[in-house]
Amino acid sequence: MPAPHAFPGDPPITPALVKSHKLTTDEYARIQKALGREPTFTELGVYSVMWSEHCSYKSSRVHLKRLPTKGPRVIQGPGENAGVVDIGDGFAAVFKMESHNHPSFIEPYQGAATGVGGILRDVFTMGARPIASLNSLRFGRPDHPRTPELLRGVVAGIGGYGNCIGVPTVGGEVQFDASYDGNILVNAFTCGVARTDRIFYGRASGLGNSILYIGAKTGRDGIHGATMASDEFAEGGPSQRPTMQVGDPFMGKKLLEACLELFSMDVLEGIQDMGAAGLTSSSVEMAGRAENGIELDLDLVPRRAKKMQPYEILLSESQERMLLVAKPGMEKQVLDVCAKWELDAAVIGFVTDTLHWVIKATPGYDPLDDAPTPRGAVTVVDLPIPSLTDDAPVYDRPRAAAPPRAAADPSKIPVPSDWKEELYAMCGAPNLGSRQWVWRQYDQIVRGGTMVRPGSDAGVVRVPCEKDGTTIMKTLAFAVDCNGRHVELSPIEGAKMAIAEVCRNLVCSGAEPIGITDCLNFGNPERPEVMEQFALAIDGLAEGCLALGVPIVSGNVSLYNETQYQDGPRSILPTPTVAAVGLMAHEDDRVTQAWKRAGDCVVLLDARPTSSEPGLRHYAGLGGSEYLARHGGGAADVPRIDLAAEKRLQTLVLALARARVLASAHDVSDGGLGVALAECCTSASEDADDLGARIDLPKPHSPLEQASMLFGEEPSRILLSVRPERLGEVLAQAKQAGVPAAELGIVGGKTLSLAFEGQAAPPVVLEVSEIRRRREECLGAIVPNLET
Amino acid sequence: MRATVAIFPGLNADAEMIRTLREVCGAHTTVIWHTDTSLPSGTDLVAIPGGFSYGDYLRCGAIAKTSPIMTAIQSHASRGGYVLGVCNGFQILTEAGLLPGALTRNLHMRFECRDVKVKVTAEGPFTPSPGKVWRLPIAHAEGRYQASEEVLARLEGEGLIALRYENNPNGSVHDIAGIYGGPRKNVFGLMPHPERMSEDIQGGHDGRELFDRVLSLAS
Repeated sequence: MPAPHAFPGDPPITPALVKSHKLTTDEYARIQKALGREPTFTELGVYSVMWSEHCSYKSSRVHLKRLPTKGPRVIQGPGENAGVVDIGDGFAAVFKMESHNHPSFIEPYQGAATGVGGILRDVFTMGARPIASLNSLRFGRPDHPRTPELLRGVVAGIGGYGNCIGVPTVGGEVQFDASYDGNILVNAFTCGVARTDRIFYGRASGLGNSILYIGAKTGRDGIHGATMASDEFAEGGPSQRPTMQVGDPFMGKKLLEACLELFSMDVLEGIQDMGAAGLTSSSVEMAGRAENGIELDLDLVPRRAKKMQPYEILLSESQERMLLVAKPGMEKQVLDVCAKWELDAAVIGFVTDTLHWVIKATPGYDPLDDAPTPRGAVTVVDLPIPSLTDDAPVYDRPRAAAPPRAAADPSKIPVPSDWKEELYAMCGAPNLGSRQWVWRQYDQIVRGGTMVRPGSDAGVVRVPCEKDGTTIMKTLAFAVDCNGRHVELSPIEGAKMAIAEVCRNLVCSGAEPIGITDCLNFGNPERPEVMEQFALAIDGLAEGCLALGVPIVSGNVSLYNETQYQDGPRSILPTPTVAAVGLMAHEDDRVTQAWKRAGDCVVLLDARPTSSEPGLRHYAGLGGSEYLARHGGGAADVPRIDLAAEKRLQTLVLALARARVLASAHDVSDGGLGVALAECCTSASEDADDLGARIDLPKPHSPLEQASMLFGEEPSRILLSVRPERLGEVLAQAKQAGVPAAELGIVGGKTLSLAFEGQAAPPVVLEVSEIRRRREECLGAIVPNLET
Repeated sequence: MRATVAIFPGLNADAEMIRTLREVCGAHTTVIWHTDTSLPSGTDLVAIPGGFSYGDYLRCGAIAKTSPIMTAIQSHASRGGYVLGVCNGFQILTEAGLLPGALTRNLHMRFECRDVKVKVTAEGPFTPSPGKVWRLPIAHAEGRYQASEEVLARLEGEGLIALRYENNPNGSVHDIAGIYGGPRKNVFGLMPHPERMSEDIQGGHDGRELFDRVLSLAS
């Protein structure tokens, strides 16, 4: 096969050029060997993005294999645009989570907006209508000078895209920690629903079939975004705005509706979003999955910038574009639908059987010229597809255990002098208080199916599923979690706890967890201690999933989340964010965290590892807790979880929800039992009043143990409220299930009163209205003027 | 009663509008596209849902008003036919001149989605007698109603201000959440979303009363 042509204007390939493409000397040698020649400049750019960490998963792939990805409901696991899980009656949930960390730090509004747009396209490209979104956000410390701008911009960007395209945002999480000062996290999740007989895959099947480009025109925005995603940031801020993409949610909406119309017409063989690395990765991956070849003619690509070189057209990350493979003879139907939705569309190539990725273009030709040069396309790229995909470098990078931690020193852990004020302060801490200011900027209810809005353990959405003229209602629940501090203390236990918590959030809402997607945010994998965190966290995720019987069906890895400071690099907290989808047997099984009626009994289900070892409790759960962080950190216990006990707990709560005996259920997590109780008191829906509670807790043997009881974050605990006449039944079922349960008190009144057995001191009494005020003002120091 | 839901590119609150009319209230409901030039025969009520027609580019509703179907909707309204515009639908109706005034950026400059209480202050085809309070969700960035003093005086004087916020969320003049227009109060625009509060699974059903009322009227 003749070598492809260098394009007029291509720079010569030098070691410096190779380096600037983030390819190592070894990797460049590998390219030369695969080709048996030097690559052209355009080909170098293609290898640069396809072998980037973002596209190739070269540092993570050896570890990701250990994740459990199979299960009776799994229709499609990792490797496609999104995971697909059966929800019965011929329908499937299609979901994925993805990071947009680096772009959001450079330009928060557009970075977050295009993150939402990208994940939406990953989901609808599978044939699913998106029905709910979540997001998981991490910012630097609340008083960092950039935090207000980043928080405002990211939240506005998520809303700007999601609200406009019309997919409800039904939950999420926001955390602040100094480790994210120079590298925020923006992880976006979307779930859609599709017919199981109409799932579409990113495969270029059928020799000779036409390849169509549809959507927005190609510009110069986002070139090398995928490579930039694997860059560290330098102190003093980013200077990479030219690599930014710009989102257009109106175009996204038209593209969504056009694609859904096409899916219903049986005219497509395959389809894929042009996401990271744009036209290159979409066409390469589609051909790769089908074990075919592809030939594209760049002269035919719709564009909005003049004089674009093949290098630029191939690497552009302009948003809202899709690549389609039409069934034979169906090109006109596709073009007609695109015309209805006012979208650009063009046949730009065809499927071959060569296993080669061949790109043609005419030197000097620009369709935007008044009098374009006559076309006469020459081959500018000719690459064996396996060299870009399966044969891309894979690294089993060195690992090194973290240096041993200081032994726990409970005597150094401060204890509050004023318990009431401490609990108020915890309720109003930026990491623990209400996220109302955030979620009110998201349309949580568009499409009219949202049954539980943000602010409870999980968002719940009812989805009308239509097939052959009949409508079946499905009810799905969504949650997202990760506690990076726990993962840092113990990557294995912290990752297990993340899986347990996200599933616990679902059962607390009355839904059975059926699938998980992950977004693994870590530092620089070339540092052995970061690689160790990553590898151990994978083991923890895997253990958690196996113990709870929930597969991971899709996900994303974001590495190089570190910042160079003058005194050296600093990584983010290891943050393996997990989002889970739950299925409700019936919509009336749903449960929320707010107390419902005065007189209901409060019950704590307690499956902590230390629940049977009270002697160990005197500071349990303070390691990695918000309480400890608020008081300057220090060495406490390393968190741990008993997954068998967790499984018993979750099975029990789901059964109780389905038996409709629960007035409320709430996971005890960040902030501990004290904050969880305060949340139950102040989560009433807008047409109901907040309710207090009178709580009796066991005798603490020391002030430190009292701090552990109120603020310790040991996992595997759920707070319930039930009608008094159902209390016996609940306690009996808990006993039968082997889950320790304790009656803590009674719902009612306008105060939260906490009494400790055997204590002479009067109970700690908080006004519910003041708890609400503190919770709602928790972000006031970062974004003043919370109210209108 | 026959309802027609008119869809413009970028509207996204069509699913809940269609479901409320068809499934919840049982109205015979047809969906039409903005390039259509006539309404289905027998149309009594035209509903324009919320969303972001044409991405809200230029101004909310400013591009949609030039769509071919608007001529038919205008003549339906001038004949006394019922027209309902919710959120972006309300913005389209003001841009098209079917209702006076304009909807501008919220005073606090943010998109806001929450439940609000609105009080009925004028009776008409879509609203019961004054005094009734509905809890309805809002979800908009541009819901701040504004109009000239003359227009406000006319709206007040003729009893056309149908809904007012109890706690004004966006800075609308005179707390206006919804107004009547047309020759016989047959055109109604409001920023809150009654179609997202029409079934108990949505957290309440106050919004259903609006639909039941207009659908019960003889055309």
